[in-house]
Amino acid sequence: MIEGLINGLFNGISIGAVLLIVALGLAIVFGLMGVINLAHGELMMLGAYTTYVVQNGAKALGEGALEFYILAALPLSFLVAALVGLALERGVIRHLYGRPLETLLATWGVSLILRQFVRSVNWAMIVGLGLFCLLFFGGRWILQRQTQWEQTRRVAAPVILALSSAIALAAGILINQNGGTALSQPWFGARNVDVTAPGWLRGGLSLGTTLQFPYARLFIIVLTILCLIGVYWFLNGTAWGLRMRSVTQNRKMSACLGIPTDRVDALTFALGSGLAGIAGCAVTLLGSVGPNLGGNYIVDAFMVVVVGGVGKLVGSIVAALVIGSITYLLGSGTLALILPPAEALQPLVDFFTFFATTSMAKVMVFALIIAFLQWKPAGMFPQKGRSVEV
Amino acid sequence: MATETAMRPRQEIKAQQSQQRKLEIIGIIAFVVLMAVVLPLLLSGFRLGLLGRFLSLAIVALGIDLIWGFTGLLSLGHGIFFALGGYAFAMFLQLNSLGEGQIPEFFGLYGVDTLPWFWGPFASLPFTLLAIFILPAIVAGLLGYLVFRNRIRGVYFSILTQAALVVFFNLFNGQQKWINGTNGLKTDTSVFFGQQVGSESMQMTFYLITVAVLVVMYLLCRWLTSGRFGRLLVAIRDDENRVRFSGYDPTGFKVLVFAVSGAIAGIAGALYTVQSGIVSPQFMDIAFSIEMVIWVAVGGRATLVGAILGALLVNWARALLSESFPEVWLFFQGALFLLVVTALPDGLVGWCRQQAPQQVRSLISKPEPLLTYPQIELDPDIQKERQEIGDRGA
Repeated sequence: MIEGLINGLFNGISIGAVLLIVALGLAIVFGLMGVINLAHGELMMLGAYTTYVVQNGAKALGEGALEFYILAALPLSFLVAALVGLALERGVIRHLYGRPLETLLATWGVSLILRQFVRSVNWAMIVGLGLFCLLFFGGRWILQRQTQWEQTRRVAAPVILALSSAIALAAGILINQNGGTALSQPWFGARNVDVTAPGWLRGGLSLGTTLQFPYARLFIIVLTILCLIGVYWFLNGTAWGLRMRSVTQNRKMSACLGIPTDRVDALTFALGSGLAGIAGCAVTLLGSVGPNLGGNYIVDAFMVVVVGGVGKLVGSIVAALVIGSITYLLGSGTLALILPPAEALQPLVDFFTFFATTSMAKVMVFALIIAFLQWKPAGMFPQKGRSVEV
Repeated sequence: MATETAMRPRQEIKAQQSQQRKLEIIGIIAFVVLMAVVLPLLLSGFRLGLLGRFLSLAIVALGIDLIWGFTGLLSLGHGIFFALGGYAFAMFLQLNSLGEGQIPEFFGLYGVDTLPWFWGPFASLPFTLLAIFILPAIVAGLLGYLVFRNRIRGVYFSILTQAALVVFFNLFNGQQKWINGTNGLKTDTSVFFGQQVGSESMQMTFYLITVAVLVVMYLLCRWLTSGRFGRLLVAIRDDENRVRFSGYDPTGFKVLVFAVSGAIAGIAGALYTVQSGIVSPQFMDIAFSIEMVIWVAVGGRATLVGAILGALLVNWARALLSESFPEVWLFFQGALFLLVVTALPDGLVGWCRQQAPQQVRSLISKPEPLLTYPQIELDPDIQKERQEIGDRGA
């Protein structure tokens, strides 16, 4: 009985930890900017693919490096996802402030592009992209210096865009067709790739006869705790964290007091994206890596944000743990087993057995979330104060 | 603009309105003739089948436009209602093609020998025809009531509808024994009024029905959005708190319009199902429901014509592109999302109505000088005075 309870608790916490590490970046971005980032799952996927690349690099270096590749993969995943996130914020989201629904659609567009990107990326495409950036930004830079940019802008901007994309596209297609397989071979392809966990993360910690804690799960729990401590320290111990909290509470007032809100936004978005990258690196330990990896986690992560409420980390933590535990308890059918075998409780047992699969547990959890929102519409720990919308 | 309209005499406005109405009626008739007479003669059977499916998707787009374009509620879960309508009709068709006391074949695979209770009512045609739109409307109304009652809105609402979509997907996907789970229900070989649904004449009938339903739904949405109700919807979109302060309770209106939109999606789903030959949980794919939104965005929010146009255009582009370059389609679609949101916020129709003349002109020549006080410029007295001054100067 006790062992069953500990086992259930461990599994619940472990599912909750995965949820939390995915939702952490999402919650920070949503809290600060009110932006729903549907590309969050794809940023995770980029982190996961980075881990895959690092693993392959480590394989080339030899056995010794393969043992510890994950320690190098974590910061690299963070960096790659953060850079892509930064580009996303500067390129798209910055133009859409105050229009949350449009931002949602735009990030969905980005997520579609990223998904197809990892499927078909090859050297020819990279060359084409590099050429486009060089021509487009270089052309703008030259024009801005040489001529009267403001007057010619209306005509020049579309012309540069069209010219550079046409040249880049033509170059990419040419290289793709004539460059041989080395250049036109997709890096990852549409199929899932596998990341093997390093030796010290395989197997598990055995306690007693029946209890077993897989090291990979323990690693994710530890990683989540470390991320939480890191984010907590960043928000409460650094100057930029202070600015971030201030903008979260009241954007206009912060701007009046001289806080550069757009830089805070960019930084926050990069941080949130980087956390998604770390989450992606973590989930490679649980299964294979594919272009649709993010989609499996993203809806649950949103639910964590909705239930937890905006603007406080503790809300996300509690929500993730509660949702994780309930999902596990329902999905594994533990509840049906715990109930005493009495005749009167038979309908209840049938009820719980009916929901005892992972997919049906989600149905039940959603019903519970809707019921919970009837009682606390703004989540567990809502924001308070005058600036909060009614 | 507002003052200008207010200053014009009433008769002039009425005359203009009646002229607009005439134009609209002519447009609708032209559309019906094009769709129902001209295109069936021009297109091959396969292409016509595609067009029929796209027209039923245009019906969903109308429903989305009603709640997103006019009321400002972005639903990412319309796949639920679409699939519910489809399942309702498919269940009827499955039962209709069986003899007395038989149950659909797939039940045998899972060892079920009695019909599950909820299949029973779908044996009758009138019940099914009602269920096709009432069932989605009830689900939408319930979900809407539970969400809007608590003043949950904006992105929260969008996320919750998406979560609901995932939930329904899991429910239909996981329950093999009830509705054949992942495999879905096939309608091709089933019988409707003594004819096979997949046969050419039956498909043609469904195509014509789709055109008719599209027109009816357009008129319904037009009626809903034109009067006081429509203005209230727009007011809810633009400033809900103000609507509440003015003494209205937006909850009821939002629930109603969400339910209507769900019902429209249900009808569309039923028509789409019989024309594609299958209904499966794939109708509740997350990506498909978000795509529905982009049709409306491409055509132009808050313009009903735009919704239809957008659905047809995007789907046609998809059919053409994914036939020849399947890899490019996702890039194209992603770019479409970005483009519509950043460069064309009013969609094609909105752009043609408002910005197109100006933008084209400014690309060709110098932009027009800005009139700071258009009323003064347009005032007949001032124009007359100017003329006099000009005359004297000459």
